[in-house]
Amino acid sequence: MNTSETNFTDMPNCSNKGFPPQVNPSAPMPNITHCDTQAVGNEKTDGDAQTTGKPEATEQQPLLQLKQVSIFYDNNAAVRKTSFPIPKHKITAIIGPSGCGKSTLLRAINRMNDFIPNVRLTGKILYNNQDLYSKNVDPVAVRRRIGMVFQKPNPFPKSIYKNIAWGPGINGYQGSMPELVEQSLKQAALWNEVKNRLHDSALSLSGGQQQRLCIARTLAMQPDILLMDEPCSALDPISTAHIEDLLFKLKSNYTIVIVTHSMQQAARISDYTAFMETGHLIEYGDTDQVFTLPKQKRTEEYVTGRFG
Amino acid sequence: MIDKNNLFANNLVQRHRTAKIFAYCCAIVTWAGAALLIALIYQICADGIKWLDAQFLTSFPSRFYYKAGIKSALVGTVYLISLVALIAIPVGVAAAIYLEEFFPPGRINKLVELNIANLAGVPSIVYGIIGLAIFVRGAELGRSLISGALTMSLLILPVIIVASREAIKTVPLSTRQAAFALGATRWQTALAHVLPAAFPGILTGIILALSRAIGETAPLIMIGALTYVAFLPEGPMDTFTALPIQIYNWVSRPQQEFHELAAGAIIVLLAVLLLMNASAIFIRYKAEQKP
Repeated sequence: MNTSETNFTDMPNCSNKGFPPQVNPSAPMPNITHCDTQAVGNEKTDGDAQTTGKPEATEQQPLLQLKQVSIFYDNNAAVRKTSFPIPKHKITAIIGPSGCGKSTLLRAINRMNDFIPNVRLTGKILYNNQDLYSKNVDPVAVRRRIGMVFQKPNPFPKSIYKNIAWGPGINGYQGSMPELVEQSLKQAALWNEVKNRLHDSALSLSGGQQQRLCIARTLAMQPDILLMDEPCSALDPISTAHIEDLLFKLKSNYTIVIVTHSMQQAARISDYTAFMETGHLIEYGDTDQVFTLPKQKRTEEYVTGRFG
Repeated sequence: MIDKNNLFANNLVQRHRTAKIFAYCCAIVTWAGAALLIALIYQICADGIKWLDAQFLTSFPSRFYYKAGIKSALVGTVYLISLVALIAIPVGVAAAIYLEEFFPPGRINKLVELNIANLAGVPSIVYGIIGLAIFVRGAELGRSLISGALTMSLLILPVIIVASREAIKTVPLSTRQAAFALGATRWQTALAHVLPAAFPGILTGIILALSRAIGETAPLIMIGALTYVAFLPEGPMDTFTALPIQIYNWVSRPQQEFHELAAGAIIVLLAVLLLMNASAIFIRYKAEQKP
């Protein structure tokens, strides 16, 4: 049943209600069910080893699959019956006019919508064949594996170092924290700018630096998926270029889903593009195809700038 | 009549005049309040300052005005406020965190909020009656320091909860989202990010609440704090008196000298209050400095 390298089955020490035990001794896996964070954190290294061991398994099926996903605020559907795959180690862009449900859909992937009262989701979001909305999935463990960068940079009002070290700390990271901080900042192309003032307040950084710090903070958790909700909309063109370069580099190690307002940005950086309008998925495909040979008339009108 | 090319009436002079009148009104009200307070403090100092000496602070009350002091009342007040702080701050802040961070928002939450806000406005004598019924009689704690502290804690809890909730509400949602997206639980988020960010506001609420508790007389009279105590309380179960009670007792005597003693006690009460608030402001300042 579980062919991929990750699953969310119950830990042996957790209650196992209505879910068949799937623990495969040859494939220890990260875990997203109701277990303590420590246990989840410890599983991580095993999962990584598994990833490098069986790369061909990931080619066959996408890391994440949206299946008939509808999301309702009270009884208003914000997203309607949307299905598309999110392949591993690629950048998938979700574009569409304001209010089309793209941010709502993105937030559903790491269950951030749980915090909004009266939000309901139907359909399935399959992450390595496990439904993220199944009853025994722990949303805290989901968010620990599926990181998110928000529209406005939101560093904690603490030092640069603490901004990065806090997440791994609470999730039981046992390696060397200074090394992890350095490595994360280097990955986010921020290290050279802040290495001499790691203990200054994160709020003393510029907007673009703050956003890269937020990316570094998310990378420090070594997530499987990086969700980005219009990460450049509050930034100037130079900072935007920095972050786009960064995403390009991160692609080899991370699966990235980016919601963007800017069609140029989607065309520049993404491998696949999903175009949404009023909650419906209008078109999904290779970015080149969506932008040069769109199958739907609405997509063509949008990408050529006739509306939106 | 209307000039089609200029549909905006040019009434800038009138608008400036209105603004100026309003500013003057506000200034008058502000300074009237300040003047009244200064007059009050001046009057009290003029009456009481001559009684303030070491003997006044270190003597027990007496029926001879020249031997009377506030030792037991001052110590009682310090004990009482310390106990109230120990009880009311953890309970109040915890309740505020629960209501803001854990309890789902909605109609029931609104109802609870409304009720707590109403409780903050209930006359203090009512709390005295509750304290008498529940702590003094019901729990058989007697007319003790702990009964007084519990009653006072009830009195100021709504103030602490309301102020703490307001402070917690000002913490931006984006901070919480950042923490949640890193795989933090609600408790980890509240402890590491919400509480520190809300701390200055919470502290302000605590200052206001404790300032109210230190000056309250009615609930203490109700639960039977004694007016004549010639010993110091040694534990929370001992009987006690407090500064407001001593002041109340002295002003109700006919002799002029006791009225002046009351003024002296008021000065001491104000000094304790100022000291308490100053240290809270200092702590808040230190907390805001931290990166």
